[in-house]
Amino acid sequence: MYLIKKKRVLCPSIFLMDVEAPRVAQYCQPGQFIIVRIDDQGERIPLTICDYDREAGTITIVVQTIGASTKRMMDLEEGDSFHDFVGPLGKPSELITDDIDSIKDKKILFVAGGLGTAPVYPQVKWLHEHGIAADVIVGAKTKELVILEEEMSAVAGNLYITTDDGSYGREGMVTKVIDDLITNEGKHYDICVSIGPMIMMKFCCLTTKKYEIPTIVSMNPIMVDGTGMCGACRLTVGDEVKFACIDGPEFDGFKVNFDEAMGRMRLYKTQEGEALLALEEGKTHHGGCGNCGGDK
Amino acid sequence: MAAPGFEKVPISEQDPKVRATNFDEVCLGYTEEEAVLEASRCLNCKNPKCVNGCPVQIDIPGFITALKEQDLKRSYEVLTTSSSLPAVCGRVCPQETQCEAQCIRGIKGDAVSIGKLERYVADKAREQGLSMVASSGKNGHKVAVVGSGPAGLTCAGDLAKLGYDVTIFEALHEAGGVLTYGIPEFRLPKEGVVKPEVEIVKKLGVKLETNVVIGKSVTIDELMENEGFEAVFVGSGAGLPMFMKIPGENAKGVFSANEYLTRNNLMKAFRENADTPIFRPQKVAVVGGGNVAMDAARTALRLGAEVTIVYRRSEAELPARAEEVEHAKEEGIKFELLTNPTEILTDDDNNVTGMRCIRMELGEPDASGRRRPVPIEGSEFDLPTDAVIMSLGTSPNPLIASTTNGLDTNKWKCIVADEANGQTSKEGVFAGGDAVTGAATVILAMGAGKAAAKGIDEYIKSK
Repeated sequence: MYLIKKKRVLCPSIFLMDVEAPRVAQYCQPGQFIIVRIDDQGERIPLTICDYDREAGTITIVVQTIGASTKRMMDLEEGDSFHDFVGPLGKPSELITDDIDSIKDKKILFVAGGLGTAPVYPQVKWLHEHGIAADVIVGAKTKELVILEEEMSAVAGNLYITTDDGSYGREGMVTKVIDDLITNEGKHYDICVSIGPMIMMKFCCLTTKKYEIPTIVSMNPIMVDGTGMCGACRLTVGDEVKFACIDGPEFDGFKVNFDEAMGRMRLYKTQEGEALLALEEGKTHHGGCGNCGGDK
Repeated sequence: MAAPGFEKVPISEQDPKVRATNFDEVCLGYTEEEAVLEASRCLNCKNPKCVNGCPVQIDIPGFITALKEQDLKRSYEVLTTSSSLPAVCGRVCPQETQCEAQCIRGIKGDAVSIGKLERYVADKAREQGLSMVASSGKNGHKVAVVGSGPAGLTCAGDLAKLGYDVTIFEALHEAGGVLTYGIPEFRLPKEGVVKPEVEIVKKLGVKLETNVVIGKSVTIDELMENEGFEAVFVGSGAGLPMFMKIPGENAKGVFSANEYLTRNNLMKAFRENADTPIFRPQKVAVVGGGNVAMDAARTALRLGAEVTIVYRRSEAELPARAEEVEHAKEEGIKFELLTNPTEILTDDDNNVTGMRCIRMELGEPDASGRRRPVPIEGSEFDLPTDAVIMSLGTSPNPLIASTTNGLDTNKWKCIVADEANGQTSKEGVFAGGDAVTGAATVILAMGAGKAAAKGIDEYIKSK
């Protein structure tokens, strides 16, 4: 069992947890992920590592409630435990494993979308601790969904926040901020790291490609074991098939086939929706045809 | 019941029509009367050939004689001296090519049903709460075992019996390896057979740490340098699923057999209350002809699909056990033999709609000795299907080899290990099972685990 040592609600649908997992905390690196299971019936949920404390033996995860499992996860409190917590999985971020001197001369831009702010944070923090100030764009739908602002501003060079509805920071998508920074505000970047929903990463790559800024993305496809055994997480990268769990999760964003990856994400949508409805309203939905008469 | 003769005592099975709709075990096992009668067919040969046919050299006439004399305790003791997982082996070993293939009874009539008797003894012993003979004392030496599949469990069990302080590290959340994630419930019940067998190994004093991915959570070098393990056995299994590299393979509805079976067996997707989803279409095509292909096909059938197995050679070359093929046919699975997929067909939204196939004929024998299938020009046809399960084997997971200094692999990326004692190129590190041989059988992995336990014992004693 893996003890939840701290829980903080960041906004109504997003929460942060520090989980006691000494084996994971001992050697994990920014860019890697873990797999968590709530209880004996639970599915294996992959989550990127947001922070770690090697001495305390804890890992920080940030979760958004999108389905039945994540909703159940939100009901857990400090002092409760996860049934399973395994990692670190995947490869560490390239920025962390590359020669530090070659990174030092580069201007790095991070583009975080929504929950993607969580996995961006440890990378920016790591660079900060190694004397590198990276610029960060954080995009969210609305003010309420901007997370980890304080933490991020403590480690980022410049932090640019943007909301789709303009309720906080700049107004518009992250791609608009990239355009503005480069074309109107005289910024120059050598590398971009983009983490967020697949659709955002896709458009981010289309934008950075215009400026020829090599862009790394972190892919979060459907996974089961997370150790290379099942192949559910396979992606087309260039003309090769790669497994996100062992070859990634980070890839060259210009080579990733996002449309295929987004399609594959939708495979279990109906079943996931049914599970969520069952959790929220009891098991009264069979499939939503409306033909059964008495039931909803 | 008739006196024992040339024919084996038949064993009862669930009716094919009934079992095609449930995940309960197909084979129901012998009753006591049937088991003793079948045991009495054993001639107790002075020079028992069956023992040589067994990768872990079980004293087969020994356990059968005890059974014949209705001494279950002694029978179980004889069995577990050589095997730590008898209830598993009795179910999934290919006895027809091993012990039973050597049985003198088989020359004129049926061989003794050694596997079914092994299963009977193990099941009865478990029901009666018998446990394996534990070691007399601890010797204080720490050994790590990577992976809790058949190789790891066997190695750990044997070392614990010799007094070693053994810890098994398992990457998944549940012990058992392929016994848990791969082989389905209807062939190998998890609650009834696998979990109790793991518990019996743990009762010998073996510690089990789940959720530890060796090579990621901690490396072998770190285990030896920082955690005081004097030797390590690597039984990490086969690894990455292979695909055909044909167009459409990343479409929605194409799965590796590993994924499909893991969802169903490890994650229990067939159960109503499991959180993990599984794709349940009307029509499923399974590509491949091994035991794993049969398992995937029979699972899909039980989840309500109409299932076709597509295999590029003929029936004679099917690598699956004859019993599994027979069971699959009885349950209504269709076989498209001498057929090979060339493309997965999809709709506009990238959902699988069918599979383009080509008919094959057998040409000259290839390196494996089997006749090589050659496409028949112009014989393409489209097989309508909603899902495709690729069951083509696996290639080794590079995780351990790439994170362990001085651990050599061969050109297939399998770990190089001495067959006699499991010794690898790195001092103190031993290996066996699919990580060494590539995908093979449960019992061969157990044999390798056994040999390595002996190798580790000799290595530590000679230090």
